[in-house]
Amino acid sequence: MRRLIPRPALSVVIFLVWTALNNASSRAHFILALILAVGLPVLTQRFWPERSEKIKLLPAIRLFGIVLWDILMASIDVAKLVLGPLDKIKPAFVEIPLDMQDPFVGTLLASIVSLTPGTVSIDIDRSRWVLQVHALNVDDTEALIHSIKTRYEQPLKEIFSC
Amino acid sequence: MLNTAIPIAFVMIGLAMMLSLYRMVIGPDMTDRLLALDTLYINTVALIVLIGIDMNNSAYFESALLIAIMGFVGTVALSKYMLRGNIIE
Amino acid sequence: MSIWLEYFISFLIIVGAGFTLLGSIGLARLPDFFMRVHGPTKTTTLGVGSMVIASAIYFSVTGDGVSLHEIIATVFLFITAPVSAHLLTKTALHITAGAGRADKQT
Repeated sequence: MRRLIPRPALSVVIFLVWTALNNASSRAHFILALILAVGLPVLTQRFWPERSEKIKLLPAIRLFGIVLWDILMASIDVAKLVLGPLDKIKPAFVEIPLDMQDPFVGTLLASIVSLTPGTVSIDIDRSRWVLQVHALNVDDTEALIHSIKTRYEQPLKEIFSC
Repeated sequence: MLNTAIPIAFVMIGLAMMLSLYRMVIGPDMTDRLLALDTLYINTVALIVLIGIDMNNSAYFESALLIAIMGFVGTVALSKYMLRGNIIE
Repeated sequence: MSIWLEYFISFLIIVGAGFTLLGSIGLARLPDFFMRVHGPTKTTTLGVGSMVIASAIYFSVTGDGVSLHEIIATVFLFITAPVSAHLLTKTALHITAGAGRADKQT
């Protein structure tokens, strides 16, 4: 089983993407999707870096919901700032110390931070494990760091258990 | 209702594209122009999806997806070039 | 197509176009590059996402069968937008920081 399906999550994603791209139109596409979902991970297995794929599903779904809601709120916030007076906006560079040392999870956190309220990630300093962030409008830097750490980093650490 | 909503949306997206073009022309720095180009790509995706709804033809959607992919690859390649001076290391 | 569904699709289209426009207004109006990045990454992405979902509902209702491939485009946009924003800000930081120095380190 392990030899046949080396990466279950990747297989599921390939199957879903292929079915969705063909609008789930006919049975032939389901069979083709199955062939691709089994064949592609086996053929490309040697290119993937080794890492455990054990993720906790329930916190992942909850984080997905939180991020989706925050994207909506963030867009409304940015819209308000853009239409309002410009000299009231207080931008700032903020450095967020990270608690984990996993490049993949760090990248995920950087992407989430880019899409959610008022912040865009600029760089991950791999030597110090610090995430550099630009905030569009910030009053309290400490509160921003705290909210990012509790709202996104804690769930991510829980999901990937690192 | 759709017959009134679609022309309004067309006007709004056209305005958005003009504003992005304005930033691309005046943008003081190279990265500003690249950002404007990226935004223009995403605006184009919105425009083509809207044309698809207007013409009642789902074939337009494939071109929107292609433009989205091309825009992403182009932005990444250009910013890599500006960052390092070459694209493939 | 029922009248309420048509209202809903029109609402999604207008909201999507509005957010797209707001993102471009931010791009044109804000004074500094790092502030300008915020407009397109968040607002424009949400605008295009909502318009694509309107298209998915429209073609699911009028065409034959569900139209799922629009969802792939939305997911693709939401994955790629932060990546390109990250690269652009990194480039901008590199250029502004390296402009004064002679020995640019890569």
